[in-house]
Amino acid sequence: MRNEGRWEPVARWLFVTPAVGYLLLFFGLPVAENVVMSLRDYTATTFYTGDAPFVGPRNYFETLSSDQFPQALLTTVVFIVGSLAGQFTLGLALALFFARAFPLGGVLRSLLLLPWLLPMVVSATTWRWMLDTDTGVVNHALRALHLVPSGVPWLTDTSGALTSVILVNIWVGIPFNTVILHGGLRDIPTQLYEAAELDGAGPLTTFRHITWPLLRPVAGVVLLLGAIYTVRVLDIILVMTGGGPADATQTLATRAYDLSFQQFEFGRGAALGNVLVLVSLVFAVVHLRAGRRALHG
Amino acid sequence: MPPAVRPQARRITALLGSVALVLAAAGCGGGAGSGSVSGRVTSLTALDYYTDASEHAQWSERLTACGRTAGVRIEHRSVPGASLVPRVLRQASSRTLPDLLMLDNPDVQQIARTGALTPLDRYGVDTGGFTKSILAAGTYHGKVYGLAPTVSTIALFYNKDMLAEAGVGVPRTWDELKAAAARLTRPGRYGMAVDANATFEGTWQFLPFLWSNGGDERKLDTPQAAQALRLWVDLVGSGSMSKSVLNWTQADVHDQFVAGRTAMMLNGPWRISAMERTRNLHWGVAPIPVRAPGQTLVTPLGGEVWTVPRSSSEARRQKAARVLACLTDSTHMLATAKQYFTVPSRTAVASRYTEQVPTMRAFVRSVERARARTAELGVRWPRAATGIYTAVQAALTGERTPEEALRRAQQSTTGP
Repeated sequence: MRNEGRWEPVARWLFVTPAVGYLLLFFGLPVAENVVMSLRDYTATTFYTGDAPFVGPRNYFETLSSDQFPQALLTTVVFIVGSLAGQFTLGLALALFFARAFPLGGVLRSLLLLPWLLPMVVSATTWRWMLDTDTGVVNHALRALHLVPSGVPWLTDTSGALTSVILVNIWVGIPFNTVILHGGLRDIPTQLYEAAELDGAGPLTTFRHITWPLLRPVAGVVLLLGAIYTVRVLDIILVMTGGGPADATQTLATRAYDLSFQQFEFGRGAALGNVLVLVSLVFAVVHLRAGRRALHG
Repeated sequence: MPPAVRPQARRITALLGSVALVLAAAGCGGGAGSGSVSGRVTSLTALDYYTDASEHAQWSERLTACGRTAGVRIEHRSVPGASLVPRVLRQASSRTLPDLLMLDNPDVQQIARTGALTPLDRYGVDTGGFTKSILAAGTYHGKVYGLAPTVSTIALFYNKDMLAEAGVGVPRTWDELKAAAARLTRPGRYGMAVDANATFEGTWQFLPFLWSNGGDERKLDTPQAAQALRLWVDLVGSGSMSKSVLNWTQADVHDQFVAGRTAMMLNGPWRISAMERTRNLHWGVAPIPVRAPGQTLVTPLGGEVWTVPRSSSEARRQKAARVLACLTDSTHMLATAKQYFTVPSRTAVASRYTEQVPTMRAFVRSVERARARTAELGVRWPRAATGIYTAVQAALTGERTPEEALRRAQQSTTGP
């Protein structure tokens, strides 16, 4: 007995070690690398020679003071807010719809996962074709229904392109939202609904006083994870618009990609990447705090 | 794009999501091994971006044949175009570069600057008789690092039937181009198509107009550059060119042309084999129009260059250089050119080629005066290229006037 007690802390640490080691190696190291990279003049040459002169915060100054930064930041914010609002609202609506049992409900729900199963490049390419102004099927349908006289410039208009990219990102994000929220709805005890029905509560009142309060923790998780995933969306934008037209869909993520892999300015790309990490961290902190509040309050 | 998430992992996910880019930049990945260091060299590795199944097979065959003359077996690998340079950078840092490396010509100077390539003069590779511009693209600090078997450029493709039906001749000047495009435009069909998307491909298609009119990537805010940009703006403004050009790749432009949705297009000869397979498509090809008669057409030079990276041993590099010399000798050059409708990069071979394949005359003539994209700015080219496509897009969307768009491009190119 006494012997076991002495070994217990050691054993505890032994259990923790693999996870900590994994985290440090695969998450801590790249982040540290990236911070170091952002403080150096890191170019393509560095890959071979290893030389990267230390330049201090110069990369940050240059990146943050460039003309494109404020616009990219604004685009990123609009992209995140727009995507989250759409994904969450539609995801919640679908989750509520599928919460009741009906014939073929299970089949339909699994069909809903389809956007999730497709490789992102495939669906983004398909959307790019579908949204073509002249030959795209979307405009074809709208014209056939006499909803628009000529083609809508989905991807070729500076204000329209961002909307289109957000719409596609919403489409991509709906399955995630629906699945998680659906799980959350199932956890709500059915007795509560029965009691509400006996008390004569209508569907709206039931939602407001039972469903929503009990779904809130799950909703918080969904929104935060959604925000973090949306911050770094790259493939959809790159394939659909390449950040264009005229930088209209250029987010911080696509800009970081452009700096590092198109212009080979890895130091500046890393600086912008760190800004993205910070933005994600803000969301993460908000999330953790909310979690703690839910636990204690 | 949210993947499945376990709730307990959500704290980590915060970091995970945002470091995706970083992971790639930090270069966490294995490279290809380059085989044994000691002993006789019996096999070499080669890396390129010919991922298309038939193209890959044809290049494997050619590499094998050239390897045989050097007494080596060649392990041929292809990766997608966009991931070639990142992979090469990774291999450079882990010292696992292939023995033979193909690069798109504007990337050569960038990679040569890293020190990962070796100059070809020390292997005694014959660099004589090459078109000046392709030699310039493969040269860094006065030394030749890469040679291309064949080169290419873009030209004006037109649908012969549509031109005949509208009674329009092949345009040779910008005014003729605008008039022809307007007359060729019908419901469901445009007169002209280009690629003006937000990538280097969009820049590449704009360069013939910029350069032929005396514009220059070192100074973009000139009247000559604005005139060139105004031409594209006018074509879109008059409805002769779809606004979708903002989002089309060269492949999309080709599809539009083949589907009969555009009467003329700007494209490269690598499309010819596909066009020849299309029934009832009678196409012709001509040099790209210039603003005023008498102006010299200057097009950007395309083509892939083979290099000998700093691999594990001198013996391997010597062998690799012999294979490279074989790939760029007259016979293989001519064969490659015929296979892909490109132009042999030695001028003497090119003129022999025109006699054998007369349809390629427009390309051969354009290539003679083609300019390498990195000829002036060298490793600073990517920045200018970004500035150019952004300016084109800003002008075509109507966000800015051509002058204003180019002024901003110049600022961002020379700025911090």
